[in-house]
Formats: sequence, structure tokens, C-alpha cells
Amino acid sequence: MREGRPRSFYVLAVFFAAYVLFLYGPMIAIYILSFQGPQGGLTFPMNGVSTYWLSKLFQGTGIVDLGAAFRRSLLLGLVVMAITVVLSVAAGMAFRRKFKAQSILFYSAIASLIVPSIITSLGISLEFRIIDDLIKAHWNENFETSMGLLTSGLGAHLTWTLPFGLLIMFAIFNRFDPRLEEAARDLGATPWQTFRHVVLPIILPSVIGIGLFGFTLSWDELARSSQAIGSVNTLPLDLQGLTTTVTKPDIYALGTIISAVSFAVITLSLGAIHVLNKRQAAKGSDAGKGLV
Amino acid sequence: MDTSDELLQQASPGLARGLGLTRQKAVRLSPSFISWLQAGPMMLVFLAFFLIPLVFVVIVSFWDYNEYQLLPTFSGRGYTDTFEGCIAQLPDLCTIGKTYVKTLKLCFMVWAITLFIGFWVAYFLAFHIKSKTWQMGLSLLCTIPFWTSNVIRMIAWIPLLGRNGLVNSGLLKIGVIDQPVEWLLYSEFSVVLALVHLFTFFMVVPIFNSMVRIDKSLIEAAYDAGATGFQTLVNVIIPLAKPGIVIGSIFVITIVMGDFITIGVMGGQQIAAAGKIIETRLNALQFPAAAANAVILLAITFLIITMMSRIVDIRKEL
Repeated sequence: MREGRPRSFYVLAVFFAAYVLFLYGPMIAIYILSFQGPQGGLTFPMNGVSTYWLSKLFQGTGIVDLGAAFRRSLLLGLVVMAITVVLSVAAGMAFRRKFKAQSILFYSAIASLIVPSIITSLGISLEFRIIDDLIKAHWNENFETSMGLLTSGLGAHLTWTLPFGLLIMFAIFNRFDPRLEEAARDLGATPWQTFRHVVLPIILPSVIGIGLFGFTLSWDELARSSQAIGSVNTLPLDLQGLTTTVTKPDIYALGTIISAVSFAVITLSLGAIHVLNKRQAAKGSDAGKGLV
Repeated sequence: MDTSDELLQQASPGLARGLGLTRQKAVRLSPSFISWLQAGPMMLVFLAFFLIPLVFVVIVSFWDYNEYQLLPTFSGRGYTDTFEGCIAQLPDLCTIGKTYVKTLKLCFMVWAITLFIGFWVAYFLAFHIKSKTWQMGLSLLCTIPFWTSNVIRMIAWIPLLGRNGLVNSGLLKIGVIDQPVEWLLYSEFSVVLALVHLFTFFMVVPIFNSMVRIDKSLIEAAYDAGATGFQTLVNVIIPLAKPGIVIGSIFVITIVMGDFITIGVMGGQQIAAAGKIIETRLNALQFPAAAANAVILLAITFLIITMMSRIVDIRKEL
């Protein structure tokens, strides 16, 4: 640094701090308000402090069947996460070589990211309705529906998480040193061994990042679920349904619980990434250590 | 394979192979086949849940319908219903025309504000934060809310902006107003505020990415050549950050064009918008009309994106 920081630094630092406050302030307000006393309302001031609204949710006497929606969202989130990680890593590897249909896949992913969610959601729901009609007409008159959490719902979520996964893989391989793989090959490693023992350990922290995106984006997904999830609701859908009717802090309590899961997953993932990076820094190079 | 073999394998795969410890496959897979194996599953997901559904949207938009069901016969009713009265009411705008004008206006406001905030946040992170650790930490701080629920981040404004919210009670206390302000919540104001709150992130990330790639010596050179800070910003940084700005703008504009949830929740379900029309039609189970509206929305969004990507390409050629 030459002679202290320029004045623009301080102006922008204040601007940045204001932005962060803008991001977090309102969220923190509802976390606090979910601890309202039993007589408390939707706004400040706090009318006593209690866990009344939170425990009401858990007893199932509250506004939604929290348990069932919670389990559904969790299941869907985990399945979406697993599929997103596997398919993104695989496709990311494929993109390191030229292959036919490369640009088709790339543009599909980008389009899937920016085509408005409601259109994708509508399309999936039409697709499944037409499949249902075909099954009813040709095979089974009593068939109910093929729409559901792990069919149309899963597909809808994947169209949202996979583009992120693929873009993260691009970022990883942009700064990946291919000489490491050449070295492994020269030492006689098979392609699978090269991947398993050289590539994967290096990219693992970012792969956890893909998992983090996969789970959190699915856990909070709303627009694509809206038409494509079938007859059951996920937690965010329940929450959205409440916004028009509820006048009690229940809704904040539900919001706090959903956020708590998000924050737990974020902390866990970032912690794992941190530990892995530390280990890589410590063990990654044996330069100067002589023969072991 | 037991542990010692595995150790040997890790220590020296070549030796292990020489000793015949790896199961060599008799058939070598061709590289293009491996590529298909790797990329195929993702392609299939996009085919089944994105591309084919889009085709269905277009097809169904030309089907007929009654109160109960889809009728798979060709009909332009989805479109004629949508544009009902558009010619008769000229020169006044019909409902759909007004809705799109309103959506575009909303879109423009959100775009301008997110671009301003996003640009300066990215600028601060890219040029003023020198330490990589701090850069990572502060970027993370901006990203974490993106991993939490959008609906919660909308609801979060209620205790602040409501009739008895913090803002109103604060303003009352200091005597700026003598009655609670009504337009803070469930209004166009709260919709724009929430959209900016939710989606500035999509502006920050690409602009930051473009900015960190700018060679710092270019900026030094500009200063050395006598450029003022403002001249450097306009003639060096902004042109080089343009790809990020365009990508961020495309994200924000497409999100706002198709949004129906934020506009619904923060507008108290009272504000019309392009995405909301589709939702309303769907709630009435008028699928062909919903699909027709989706096609129109898609066409307009595509038009905007094409125009925007032109801006960058032309600049590149000049």
C-alpha cells in the first residue's frame, strides 16, 4: 500500500456495509420475531420472549403439517444434491475434451437457467399430464398420475441445479493443471485411477460446493415446483401459501426453521471445504521433503 | 484386493499393473463413447425436463380447451383470448398490452438499481480488497443469503414495512409523518425493493468475475498516462467489465420478466405482471391460454436477450 487508502475506499466500504445490512437486516428481524411471546404479533415490539410459536409448529398443532412437508423437502433436496453432484462432475469431465453435441448441452444448460421458471414448470406439468392421458387411454383406465415429488418434481429441480453445477465445474477445470494427470498417466495409472486418486482429491472442495448449491437451491425452490410437484407440497410452497392468510408469528417460526436447515447445511459444507483446503495445503506438496 | 495391494497401487500404479494387480479391461472404450457416457445423463435430464416440456408448451398453446379439460384439436383460442380487444380498443392498450408495459417498467427499475448496487459492490471487492482471504470472506457474505429461502427473505420485510412496522413507527416517532404510510408494503415499491434485495447477487457475481480478470497494470498505465479516476473508470474498467455487466443484466431481466412469486407476495396479489397472467390462467385450468402466454413471454424474453448480446458482440468487433 502506498500512502494509506484512497478516499473512495471509505466511501465504497460504507456502501458495501450498507448493502450487507440490507441483505441480512430483514432476515435477522424475523428470526428474532419468531421468539415472540404467545400474545405477540407480526411486528415489533416483542411481546415477551418465548419458544411458543416454534414449539407449536413441532407439536403439529400449528398451521401446517410440518413433519411431512419437512421430510418431503429433505428427501427431495438430498436426491437432487446427489444427482447434481454426480451428473455435473461427469459432464464437467466430458467438457475437457471436444465431443459432438457439446454446444447443444452447453446452450441447453444456459437456456434452462434463464428461461423463466414458470414456463419450465408449466411445460413439465403439461408433459406429465399428456403422459397420464396416454396411459389412461391405452393401458390402465384407473391410473392416477405419474406426477410426483420424485418424478416431475425432481426433474423440475434438476433443471435449476444442474446448470449451476456445470458452471462450477467449468470454473474448476479452468484453473486445473492437466500436467498432474499426465504425470499420473506416465506413472501408469489407468484413467479411472487418475480420476479417483489425482483429479477427485483436488477438485473435492469445489465438488462439495456443487452439493451445497444442489441442496440449498432445491430446499428453497418454489417457482419450478409450483406446477410440477403434483398433489403434495414442499416446505417453501406451504410457506408461500401462508403469506396471504396468516396473521400470527407462526409464519416467522416456520421461516426460522427452514433457514436453520439452510444455515446448518451451509456451515457444514463450508467447514468441510475449509478442512479439505487446509489438508491440501499441508499435504499437497512433498517438495523439499526428500524421499519418503 | 487386499490392503497391501491397494497401498502398492497408490504408491506405484505402474508397478502394480506390471504385477497384474489391476483388472485390465479387455475392451478399450473409444474417447467419444466415454464423452457420451459422461455427458449423456445430463443431456437426458435437460431433454426430458426442459427441451421436450418447452415443445409441449408450444404445441399446447395451439390446442382448444373448455372449462374442464384440454382438447387436442388445433385452435388459436389461447392467443385470441389473450389478445382479446387489443384491436378494438386502439389507440388504448388492452389488458395484456398494459400488463407487459408494466412488467417492462418494473424490469427496467430493478435492472437499473441492481446494476448500480451490483457494480459498486463488485468494484469494491475486486479493486479495494487486496487480501485474497478477505475477498473470499466478503464474497461469501454476499453469497450466503442466496442459499437461503426467497420467500423468507420476502416475508422478512413485513415487520419492517408493515402498517405498524419499524419504518412507520420510526418515522412517526421523529415526526416526519403523522399517519402510517400505506404504500410501503404490498405495493410496487415493496415489489421493487424485494426484487432488488433478492437478485442483486446475480449482478454482483458476473461483474466481479469480469473485474478480477482485468490486468491491474492496465489501470496503472491509465493513471500514468494522466487519466483521472473517473476517466479510468469510464474508458478502462467499464468496457472491460462489460461482459459481466451484460451477463448479470440478462439474469436479472429474465428473472424479473418471468417472476410471479415476488410480485405476488410483495404486491399483495394485486399487481399484474407477465408471469402472473400465466399463473392466473393455470389456476383457472386454462392450459392452452397459459401456454400461449408462456410462448409470448418466452418470445419477448428471447428478443431482449438477443438485443443485449448484440451490444457485447458489436463492441468486441469495433
